[in-house]
Amino acid sequence: MRDVYVVSGGVSKFAKARPDVTFQPMVKEAYDYALNDIGLDFKQGAELIDGSVASYFSDHFARQLMSGAMVQDYLGLCPKPNKRIEGGGATGGLCFQAGWEAVASGRFDICAAFGWETMSHVNTWKGNEFIALASDVSFDYPVGGFYSGYYAMMVTRHMKEYGTTVEQLALVSVKNHNNAFFNPYAQKRMKIKIEDVRKSAMVAWPLTMLDICVMSDGAAAVIFANEEGIKKIEKASGKRLKPTKVTGVGSGMDAMRMADRPHGKVTLLPHEKAADYKNLKYPGVHSFRSGRYASKMAYEMAKITDPVKQIDFVELHDAYTSSEVQTYEDMGLCKYGEGGKFVESGAPFMPGLDYGYKFPRQGLIPVNPSGGLIACGHPVGATGLMQAVFAHWQLQGSIKKHFKDATLQVKNAKRGVIHSHAGTGTYVTVSILEKGF
Amino acid sequence: MAKEKKYFKLPETDEGTILFNVPFPKDLSQLKGMAPIVIKQPYQIDYLHSYGQDSPFFAGLANGKLLSTKCSSCGYTYGTPRLHCMYCGSECDWFELPREGKIHAFTVCYFGSEAFLKETPFALILVEWPGVDSLFLARLVNIDPAKASTDWIGMKVRSQFRRNAKFTPTDVYFVPA
Repeated sequence: MRDVYVVSGGVSKFAKARPDVTFQPMVKEAYDYALNDIGLDFKQGAELIDGSVASYFSDHFARQLMSGAMVQDYLGLCPKPNKRIEGGGATGGLCFQAGWEAVASGRFDICAAFGWETMSHVNTWKGNEFIALASDVSFDYPVGGFYSGYYAMMVTRHMKEYGTTVEQLALVSVKNHNNAFFNPYAQKRMKIKIEDVRKSAMVAWPLTMLDICVMSDGAAAVIFANEEGIKKIEKASGKRLKPTKVTGVGSGMDAMRMADRPHGKVTLLPHEKAADYKNLKYPGVHSFRSGRYASKMAYEMAKITDPVKQIDFVELHDAYTSSEVQTYEDMGLCKYGEGGKFVESGAPFMPGLDYGYKFPRQGLIPVNPSGGLIACGHPVGATGLMQAVFAHWQLQGSIKKHFKDATLQVKNAKRGVIHSHAGTGTYVTVSILEKGF
Repeated sequence: MAKEKKYFKLPETDEGTILFNVPFPKDLSQLKGMAPIVIKQPYQIDYLHSYGQDSPFFAGLANGKLLSTKCSSCGYTYGTPRLHCMYCGSECDWFELPREGKIHAFTVCYFGSEAFLKETPFALILVEWPGVDSLFLARLVNIDPAKASTDWIGMKVRSQFRRNAKFTPTDVYFVPA
């Protein structure tokens, strides 16, 4: 396998609706930004890029098949190869890894990955219906197919098992919304408190409107290259690149039907012992075995044995406040059962930022410094790539340049992790990026 | 973030006028400033969905029996049926689940997919049975949604069946036992 670098990225401003454009120009906004950031123009991009991977989730939302081909021609990349990647909420994370694979395998020296979703074409409740079709249509969907309901069931079990509280969940929303206040790409930029989360409309007990991400229209693009590809770009642009190296790639799966998940033994990370989890039935519906598997695989590849010490920040898939708490545990940022206490300690908050609360361990390992899905929005196919772009900028130290504000820059970030997640933990990807210049 | 709604807004609906003509500038250079035209495209379809190998489950519900499967080789017992065991690949056999089980996890949905919006609030539960290795997703009825609490977990529940089966998994539902 060849070393693979992220050399550039771009994101469209996520919005509830983008009726001003169809999806192709929206993707072009993100793609042009990525090209421009490394000093390439449209023609140079089309010449240098060997092929692309496209990330979009739902044919139902778009009512347009083969949208990937339409983006490819709009970006002037025909007749070069393109393929579509799809895996529910993790579509973007899977596409990121497909871009990595294309370069690691030697097939392409330079690969573009672009993702988008246009979710505004149907009303929110029809949209929820489309999303719920990503659950078993014989056994799950007809019972009341609603993803917020599925995740709510998972967290009631987490609460029962570990004593996790709704206020601890709300803190995730407080953190991510307050972070996004400084992110101009985010759809929801607001300063909120625990009470705001608990007072907003109940959606699926115990999750309220502010515990759950919103639907969005948006796009993101990432450009990958190997060392040869970087040389070609530098030669064409006359600019010295600041690449980020992809040092770990992991992904995992679990049974689509939550009811089918096993109740067995914990998959251990290097810093854990079987004795830590003597009576825990795992993953049940309180944890994501796929997330643990993906983390283990990526950590092994990147030689991470103590995640909290060896990772500087995490951009993870917080479609729900509850799933962020569950994911802390899957990723080994704390032990299983300690997710609620972990957020309460302030560990995943940005250091030095005022959230209106005092935390004993604020800023230990910032999680979702960008604001995550809860505040940035979740245009499904774009989301996992958006995380990669934000992580790339963090590692470049270029947040100020791109956000026009340095507040969210994680100081001296050397290694970041991105995590993408689908279908109550059906697909999960974990990818590790490191400063590569 | 407002604590209460500062303004009132009528709910947005999808019905409306069909567009026939729009104003058009004489000067074509003005076209890029034009507001987008948004039209409605209806999309309705009936699928013929076969329950295939799972059909006995739905026939069972229509006859007042909640069925699932057990692996004929390793003995793994599923709370939701599948023809082949995901642990050993062997074929499973049908058996009848007990009428009484316990709540493993739950929620009350106040919103939902469009198809179920009119049924809100409704409670969803995952049911567990002793000796059964996995769970079953169902509706819980005859319970006060406002009293939702994690104390519901562990509650004994009993299956009931619709007399006029609709051949969906909601032909079985649970009530507190």
